[in-house]
Amino acid sequence: MKIVIVGDGKVGFALAEQLAHEDHDVTVIDNNIMVLEESLDALDVMVVNGNGASLEIQRQADVQNSDLIIAATSSDEVNLLCCVLAKKLGCKNAISRVRNPDYTEQIEFMKEELGLAMTVNPERTAAKEIYRILQFPSFLRRDAFSRGRVEIVEFVVDEDSILVGKSLIELPKLIGMKILVCAVDRDGEVVIPNGRFVLEKGDKINVTAPSSELVKLTKKLGIKAPRVKSVIIIGGSRIARYLTEELVKSGISVKIIDNDREKCVELAQQLPGAVIVNADGTKQDVLIAEGLRQTDAVVTLMNMDEENLIVSMFANSIGVPKTVTKVNRTEYYPLFDDLGIGSVVCPKNLTANGIIRYVRAMQNTSGGTVHTLHRIVDGRAEALEFTAAAGTKYLDMPLSSYKLKKNMLISCILRRGQIIIPSGSDKIMLGDSVVVVTTSDAGVSDLNEIFEEGTK
Amino acid sequence: MNGRLVLNYMGQILRIEGVFMLPALVIAIALGETGSVVGFVVSAGICLAVGTVLTLMKTKDRSFFAREGFVTVALSWIMMSLVGALPFCISGAIANPIDAFFESVSGFTTTGATILSDVESLPKSDLYWRSFTHWLGGMGVLVFFLAIAPISRGGGTLVHLLRAESTGPTVGKLVPKLRYTARILYGIYIVMTLSELVLLLVGGMPLFDSVTTALGTAGTGGFSVRNASIAAYDSVYLQMVVAVFMVLFSVSFNIYHFILLRQFRAVYKNEELRLFLGIVIVSTVVVSLNTISLFESFGVALRYSFFQVSSIISTTGFATSEVNTYPELSRSLLILLMIFGGCAGSTGGGIKISRLLILLKFVKNQIHQAIHPRSVKLMMIDGHPVEDGMAKNVCGYMVVYVIVAVVSVLLISLDGFGFETTFTSVLSALNNIGPSMGLVGSFGNYGSFSVVSKLVLIVNMIIGRLEIFPMILLFVPSVWRRSK
Repeated sequence: MKIVIVGDGKVGFALAEQLAHEDHDVTVIDNNIMVLEESLDALDVMVVNGNGASLEIQRQADVQNSDLIIAATSSDEVNLLCCVLAKKLGCKNAISRVRNPDYTEQIEFMKEELGLAMTVNPERTAAKEIYRILQFPSFLRRDAFSRGRVEIVEFVVDEDSILVGKSLIELPKLIGMKILVCAVDRDGEVVIPNGRFVLEKGDKINVTAPSSELVKLTKKLGIKAPRVKSVIIIGGSRIARYLTEELVKSGISVKIIDNDREKCVELAQQLPGAVIVNADGTKQDVLIAEGLRQTDAVVTLMNMDEENLIVSMFANSIGVPKTVTKVNRTEYYPLFDDLGIGSVVCPKNLTANGIIRYVRAMQNTSGGTVHTLHRIVDGRAEALEFTAAAGTKYLDMPLSSYKLKKNMLISCILRRGQIIIPSGSDKIMLGDSVVVVTTSDAGVSDLNEIFEEGTK
Repeated sequence: MNGRLVLNYMGQILRIEGVFMLPALVIAIALGETGSVVGFVVSAGICLAVGTVLTLMKTKDRSFFAREGFVTVALSWIMMSLVGALPFCISGAIANPIDAFFESVSGFTTTGATILSDVESLPKSDLYWRSFTHWLGGMGVLVFFLAIAPISRGGGTLVHLLRAESTGPTVGKLVPKLRYTARILYGIYIVMTLSELVLLLVGGMPLFDSVTTALGTAGTGGFSVRNASIAAYDSVYLQMVVAVFMVLFSVSFNIYHFILLRQFRAVYKNEELRLFLGIVIVSTVVVSLNTISLFESFGVALRYSFFQVSSIISTTGFATSEVNTYPELSRSLLILLMIFGGCAGSTGGGIKISRLLILLKFVKNQIHQAIHPRSVKLMMIDGHPVEDGMAKNVCGYMVVYVIVAVVSVLLISLDGFGFETTFTSVLSALNNIGPSMGLVGSFGNYGSFSVVSKLVLIVNMIIGRLEIFPMILLFVPSVWRRSK
């Protein structure tokens, strides 16, 4: 597909990288030639230098013949103008980043009236993600499928876990419920395991389980799961605002620490339910004085990755049960495992995931749309949810009668509200939702792509 | 330095070369040229075998940056030329290894300088291979590799290969995908080559001559299968077809892509194209007025002058008349054209018209700056501002260019041929033209040069074709340092 991305910033670059990797024709527009040169050196994309909201530049980028324009500049207004112009020029679909909270209320209206396929708000998405993590602090990540009925949760098998030394086939008996380990990160290698795979301590595992049974799962696994009742947020960014709204609504007490007086005043107006503290959140004595030792969770949302990481490490070292760290630069992901900082959230990746799910759904040919796409294990594996359509192969045949390609796994089948953690005798039937886990270089956009060709 | 990956790519290049030897082998078998059959079988076998061994070099490290790009291109070209000389050597067509290497380098770099005094005595298959090396070298074998290779996804950094091999100060993509950019370039190239072939056949040129002439023109190479070059075909039509196509092949291929996209405005506004065509027209008129006494009428003079100008500025080196007989003004002008060369992004050699354009604008701005020291002036090309770095880059390029030329002239002087021959033979090699003036005039050859001079010219040809820096980088120690 021909895709034009306006804005070569964090989200723009992440998108360009992923979409070029998935073999799309990507053109990137930006008015900064330096960042374009970098993209040109690193990615298989074309670049156009100029203002993405100008017609001439859009024509140069051949927007009129493109399938999709994604506007991800720092300005909402420019993004919307880009999309409107592109649609008028003949671009088939448009996605715009709109993140000013003032527009949140009117977003559906604008989407409809301006003919946008999708709008994305990285901060809001990140806030939602963090909120979900705080609901189950024992998991590093939670990714929901089928409108939240099934989840893939990530956690580390620690030394005294009952899972150490057990093969996957033994698990259901061991913990007395059906779960499926769909991806394992062992020493930086991602494995899509089979039944004979034996777990070791230090493995980071991703498990598929029904959402309603997550509490049971934590109990069975013997993980201590204290509920989060109070949260300290360091950095009063937009994410903090969205997150606090959610947390306050569910009765969790929130304290936001920010260094900027004006920002604090603003937050105090918008978030009457939270305690706003104007102080330097990177100072230890400030943190201690504000009750870091007593809080259930710390969320670091400052602008600098380094500050977030340091503060999270400090919080961890004095025994805060749960820390969530916002990180913008993902190159250093592998290092974070050793730091012991708990959950890491990257807004640009969350946004990119949402858009890539949309692109995969556009590409899909057999009608079985991609409903959900989550990148798990630091983006090295993917979990996708499809609907089995009439064009899907091997319908009504037991899973054991055909083969999947290497590194593909069906982790869950949903049929009319019923959740099936599949075994060999289960079948895919028309209309089922199927969750597939695979390594991320596969780039699956259609359910049929997971089947090994030439099997009966 | 990611050596294993570089070797892997070189192996793939070698295999491509091996496959490309097969048509020559077919010709050798069809014409019963026994020596050449052996030559091509052995050479192709070596290419495929060594290439396959090299491609077994696997590495997980996919890092490929500018220096890997430069080194891959430079080493591939040296290797390709060495292997390309094997058929001549083995078949005995050109028994002396240095001579065979010279001929092969001259072929791949689209120079067209030959050491042969009697071209027509060579086996047909070797002649075909010689002309084919022009064609492959013209657009570039790595560009061909990019067009066909199963580039792994996210192989965007291979753009460094395109940059290092394509001509001109800036190399841009035509379409987002590198692979398709390379395919479009080769597509245009193939279509244009076939068009010329058909036009030559229509004009009554024998099939074999048409094929080799078309290949030689396309790469702006200039190897002819006749001792008398294009003058051997006593046909105004054929000479004009070749002359026009030489100009066409030295126009940037981006222009043809614009035409395919029907963006005629971009073509019309292209300053490099305007300057290039302007130089061709003015030079043709000046040379024809200057040489009118040599020919029976102005019309004839115009015809010969156009061919000569086209042949020199496109850096092809085909000949219809002996340049040594031209008056001094024409010869000086032609020497200047040798240096200018074709447009960036074409198969032509020389410093490229776009560099000339940047230099001229740079000088203009400097003069303006001297008069109005506080003025702010941007360099604009095709209506877009050009970064300061570009002018510096081009100036730096010219300095290295002059240094290479001066050192080479000094070395060639050892042969004692006189200044004209020494000077123009270096320019001719460095700008990938082929025949030049003096001893190596339009119908002359390099057979009388010493081994040292031949080696100097070989280095000059490769430096010229790859636009200096990839070759220079090979001699910078830090390039070879391990990255770990």
